[in-house]
Amino acid sequence: MSKGVLVDMTKCFGCGACTVACKLWNEKKYDEVNKPTVGEAAQLVDINWTVVSKHDVTDGNGDAAWRFAKKQCLHCVDPACASSCLVGALRRTPEGPVVYHPDLCVGCRYCMVACPFNIPKYEWDKSFPKVSKCQMCFTRVVAGEQPACIAVCPNQVMQFGDRDALVREAHRRIADNGQLYVNHVFGETEVGGTAWLYLSDQPFDRLGFKTSVPQESLPAYTWQILSKLPAILLGWTAILSGIYFINKRRNGAAEGKQDTTGGPQA
Amino acid sequence: MTINGTRITFRMTPFRLVLIGFSVIFLGIVAYRLVNGLQMTNLTDAWPWGLWIFIDVKLGVALAAGGFTTAGIYYVLGVKKVKSVVKPAILTAWLGYCLVGFGLLMDLGRWYGWWHPIFSWGEHSVMFELYMCVLLYTIVLTCEFAPVLFKGLGMQKISSFFTRLTAPLVIGGIALSTMHQSSLGSMYVLTLGKLNELWWTMLLPILYYSSAVAVGPAMVTCETALAGRFFRHDWDAPAMTFLAKWSGYVMTFYAVLRIADLTIRGQLSALFALDTVSLMCLLELVVGCLLPLFFFWSCKLRGREMTKTMIVRNAVLMVLGVALNRGNVVFTGMAEAAGTGYFPSMAELFLSLGLISAGILLYLFIVENFDVFPAHDRQAATSAS
Repeated sequence: MSKGVLVDMTKCFGCGACTVACKLWNEKKYDEVNKPTVGEAAQLVDINWTVVSKHDVTDGNGDAAWRFAKKQCLHCVDPACASSCLVGALRRTPEGPVVYHPDLCVGCRYCMVACPFNIPKYEWDKSFPKVSKCQMCFTRVVAGEQPACIAVCPNQVMQFGDRDALVREAHRRIADNGQLYVNHVFGETEVGGTAWLYLSDQPFDRLGFKTSVPQESLPAYTWQILSKLPAILLGWTAILSGIYFINKRRNGAAEGKQDTTGGPQA
Repeated sequence: MTINGTRITFRMTPFRLVLIGFSVIFLGIVAYRLVNGLQMTNLTDAWPWGLWIFIDVKLGVALAAGGFTTAGIYYVLGVKKVKSVVKPAILTAWLGYCLVGFGLLMDLGRWYGWWHPIFSWGEHSVMFELYMCVLLYTIVLTCEFAPVLFKGLGMQKISSFFTRLTAPLVIGGIALSTMHQSSLGSMYVLTLGKLNELWWTMLLPILYYSSAVAVGPAMVTCETALAGRFFRHDWDAPAMTFLAKWSGYVMTFYAVLRIADLTIRGQLSALFALDTVSLMCLLELVVGCLLPLFFFWSCKLRGREMTKTMIVRNAVLMVLGVALNRGNVVFTGMAEAAGTGYFPSMAELFLSLGLISAGILLYLFIVENFDVFPAHDRQAATSAS
């Protein structure tokens, strides 16, 4: 069963415990001066697999307010990065996490170009860099545990479970509390659906979410082309061979003998 | 050591000394890059692909399309009048693909694993298909050019063995080229929502393929004009006129498809929005399509033959147009999604420059020592030194 996470951003107060848990579990370095994990300047980079970004907004009463958004790889149901990888170094597991296998990676960085959310980052300062992104703690998930960031959250902002059940839960919460939430579950249909789902009381673009992404699976577009290639390859080769033999026979007839010169190569 | 019964020659000129200088710098940068990684580049998380992917891969492959197009015109379509350009075109394509392979290797973060795709297939990836086709086609080109090399080295039997393979090699080469020239466009289909809609379309593979089929002979024309001036060859008017017509017709197909696609997708207002993106797109269309097609059709409709000047001018415009198109997809069209700017570092610039310099030096060495051009011309080439 495919797992997912429901994030209720109205509950997050920006403590950043999840980012600490992530660094500890995944053994990533700290660099709060240049690469902060919490606040306005927080950005996903090679050593930050998850961050909590702070946004100035206007709340329901028209007052200035803060909102916090936990960011990490959204773990698409049909991930563009995995479809883009020429060696299968990025793969979606049946449990849901999209996992990176550095031993296979050759470092072409097509996954970074392909990701609709610009999630995969690169270890630019390393001699042999790896692609760097949230793995959704897949060893924990496979063992039936929840990801490290969720386990430490002091305000139960995130709920871990079966994705389908979480989608229903998200809509139940919106229905129960229509005044609070924006009527949209981010990640339900974005790029064909993501394992991470978000609820918010603010329009998602104001919290730094990329709302302009397509609503359908991206690899399906590529597959429309790739799946036709074997037929095109065979057909085109047959046509070319046909033209070649017709022209060869015609030239041979015109010269009264077979063309045995072999062209300019001989 | 002798090649074709004469001693190896390599004339030294100031131009070649400059190229050798660039090549030496290039070797230094390569060594540094292989050890220290990509820190020397200006690539960032926002711009994972930069100058090397643009020049060494995207543009290199497109401009090396002269190999499969002229080989196809000569061997498959049986147009014998282009004979004089086939061998030089295969040579430049072969060198071009070797450079592309090397350029791509330099761009790979974990370059020592370049062979992984052969064993670990990502069959849903356009990049996988591109990798396989480029790898196989480089081998095909090596075999296509092998007769000239082995004949020069006096190994007549091996030379004629490869000559007998010509037909399957040429047909296989066209099939492989069709696949990977279009794949360079298909690659960007996955960037829906990121690549500007002036360039994103499901027709990307067809547009990339048709523009490559048009620009291949145009590039051969430019090379022939340059080589002809340098080595004092005669201008093979029938061959060049045929290539100019070929490029003219194919580019017309491309232009009609491109404009129709923009119109149907409702992008005309964006095309004439006159912001940076639209101006770059207009520049690409004017330089690469409108101008050369205007010159081509105004001659055609008046029933006149194109002069050498017009043929070369048209070819240069088309090469520039395709360069602008590939650059626009890699840079201009992706700039908004990236959010920040990118300008290549000195190391990136000099690596690309050095790679091209090394390629030109290799080309000069091969044409001066092997039978690439017709025999009487080769005599002229050596006596000109």
